[in-house]
Amino acid sequence: MTDIFKLLRGTPEDSDYKKKGVIVQGITGAYGSVHARNMISYGTNIIAGVTPGKGGQKFEGKVPIYNTVKEAVDASGAKISIIFVPAKFFLGAAKEALEAGIKLLVAIPEHVPVRDTMEVLDLANKKGAIIIGPNTPGIMIPELIKIGIMPPMPFKAGNIAVLSKSGTLLYEIADALTNAGFGQSITIGIGGDPINGTRMIDAFDMVKDIPDLEGLVIVGEIGGDSEEILAQHIIDIGFKKPTVAYIAGRAAPKEKRMGHAGAIVMGTYGSAESKVSMFNKANIPVAKRPSQVPVLLAGKMQQSD
Amino acid sequence: MRLLEFQAKELFREYGINLLPSKASTTIEEGRKHAKELGYPFVIKIQVPVGGRGKAGGIQKCQNDDEFELKYPQVLGLTIKGEKARAILLEKMADIKKELYLSLFLNRSKRCYTIIASPEGGVEIESVKNQIIKEVGLGNVSEQVAREVAKEMKLEGKAADDFVNILQKLAKLTIEKEAELAEINPLAIMQDGSLMALDGKFVTDDNGNFRHDELQKYQEKTEIEERAEKSGFSLVELDGNIAVVGNGAGLVMSTLDMLSDNGGKPACFLDVGGGATTESVYEALTLISKMNRVKGILVNLYGGIVKTTVVAEAFLKAYDDKLINLPVFARLKGTESEKAKEMLKGSRTKIYDSVEEAINASVMGIKK
Repeated sequence: MTDIFKLLRGTPEDSDYKKKGVIVQGITGAYGSVHARNMISYGTNIIAGVTPGKGGQKFEGKVPIYNTVKEAVDASGAKISIIFVPAKFFLGAAKEALEAGIKLLVAIPEHVPVRDTMEVLDLANKKGAIIIGPNTPGIMIPELIKIGIMPPMPFKAGNIAVLSKSGTLLYEIADALTNAGFGQSITIGIGGDPINGTRMIDAFDMVKDIPDLEGLVIVGEIGGDSEEILAQHIIDIGFKKPTVAYIAGRAAPKEKRMGHAGAIVMGTYGSAESKVSMFNKANIPVAKRPSQVPVLLAGKMQQSD
Repeated sequence: MRLLEFQAKELFREYGINLLPSKASTTIEEGRKHAKELGYPFVIKIQVPVGGRGKAGGIQKCQNDDEFELKYPQVLGLTIKGEKARAILLEKMADIKKELYLSLFLNRSKRCYTIIASPEGGVEIESVKNQIIKEVGLGNVSEQVAREVAKEMKLEGKAADDFVNILQKLAKLTIEKEAELAEINPLAIMQDGSLMALDGKFVTDDNGNFRHDELQKYQEKTEIEERAEKSGFSLVELDGNIAVVGNGAGLVMSTLDMLSDNGGKPACFLDVGGGATTESVYEALTLISKMNRVKGILVNLYGGIVKTTVVAEAFLKAYDDKLINLPVFARLKGTESEKAKEMLKGSRTKIYDSVEEAINASVMGIKK
């Protein structure tokens, strides 16, 4: 398993320890520019931007802009990129990044065709790269690095890992955790699409061995079976850290897409009942509402003391 | 988008998948003409975008004019799982020897296309026995792979040849139209050993729509849905009386769940998307004002960087313009919420500190 912390934080001997460079693809766009600014003010080392045709210019007078990802990588040595281009240009932008040697690609766009995602994953596999998303809020180590669109306020550094399909629910639940005194070691947005570059189980494998991990929160929603597969995996490997889940969409009608492309129940496949019953089997309590998550987590921690 | 059976069959026909003669109509006059052209006996099949049609009486055999006059209006008038008939398909009756199952679908956990086939079809996929499952990457099915599946199905001679042919054509269709699911159930073996697709289910990836002008004619949208899409909203209409609005699909789903837990009945799921602005909230209220069943609006906005005063402005403008005269129960997380509360004093919008309080108030307020 790739060490995600090595990519995001590095090791003390690295010259860029705790300030890993990140490239922003689509840095001059309406959306990309706002979030590039927000990431910079959070402390993320935005080292270069890419906008075809705007090479040579500077973003905010500081961050150099290049025409291609390759030029940006050659100049900066960055291994991480975040993409803000419109969905129909995602395939080209992602392939370009992977070909240029990017090892962690955060794919923000919503509405990327599944076929394009699959093609990108195929290439990422060959290149040994990680894709987060598409349709993800991003990934962050609170108070160290934010590669995504999440607002900073709900998050606080700590020892709880949070994996979430949804963006706003991630903020909501991180907020509740923070208020209850549970900071977060890392939060990973899986994304709301049917096909995810990093699945629940992949994200879990990235965080399960964090040495000072004190707990895990899984924020799922209807559609697919990634929660069920993760629950089974947790049973299989005998993961014992306090774990709590939340599943959105219990009241959603069947065969209707609830906003996210992936949030759809087909027959019994993808239903909330199926996910909740698998979590129960894995002895993972499932919160009824977001505000209940820290309460259940505290309960789990007491049990394991 | 999920195509109706007759639409899926149009695509099947275009790709050369064997079908029985059939014709789709929306009125009995048109249906009578088709009945004459096809000749009895045939099957009357309701066209709705949900399964379970047979059980609900939406598929009826028809032997003569008398039966036709009785059954056509019956089937056309059915509502199945809340879905009214979009059309009626008349399909020639067939002499079937055996029913098989065949589908290609997007396997989310394996992240590839997967074939499911079974020698025992004609029932819902959950109850299909002896499933043969084969992963096929990005969807290409070679003749060799198709032959292997046919062999595992224990098909021989003409049936095996037809199966290979249909499977390869179905795969081509799946790839070219960017389908998430292409299902033939039942795939029938006829008395002469040939294979026919008796039903068709076809679900495409909406996000690929921009590459498929040819599929636009199958798009079925209400005016409200169309406006929602134009604004970048996600909207699902439901049959309750409390409209649920929020930002982010997960958050709105979660609000729907909590409302239902508390005995409330959601009238819609409306996700205005990432950020909330005065304009987007005003447009959301405009859409809701067109839904007659709505008695109140529950708003749950988690605005990290959103100013709640901006949202409050939308409510005030909507009352001023007489767009809505409904109570609004809002939980607005974001900045300047004290100022927003002050702005809304005396209006029919109440702001609550927690979503739980907003939900309780909406359920209590709407009951009366």
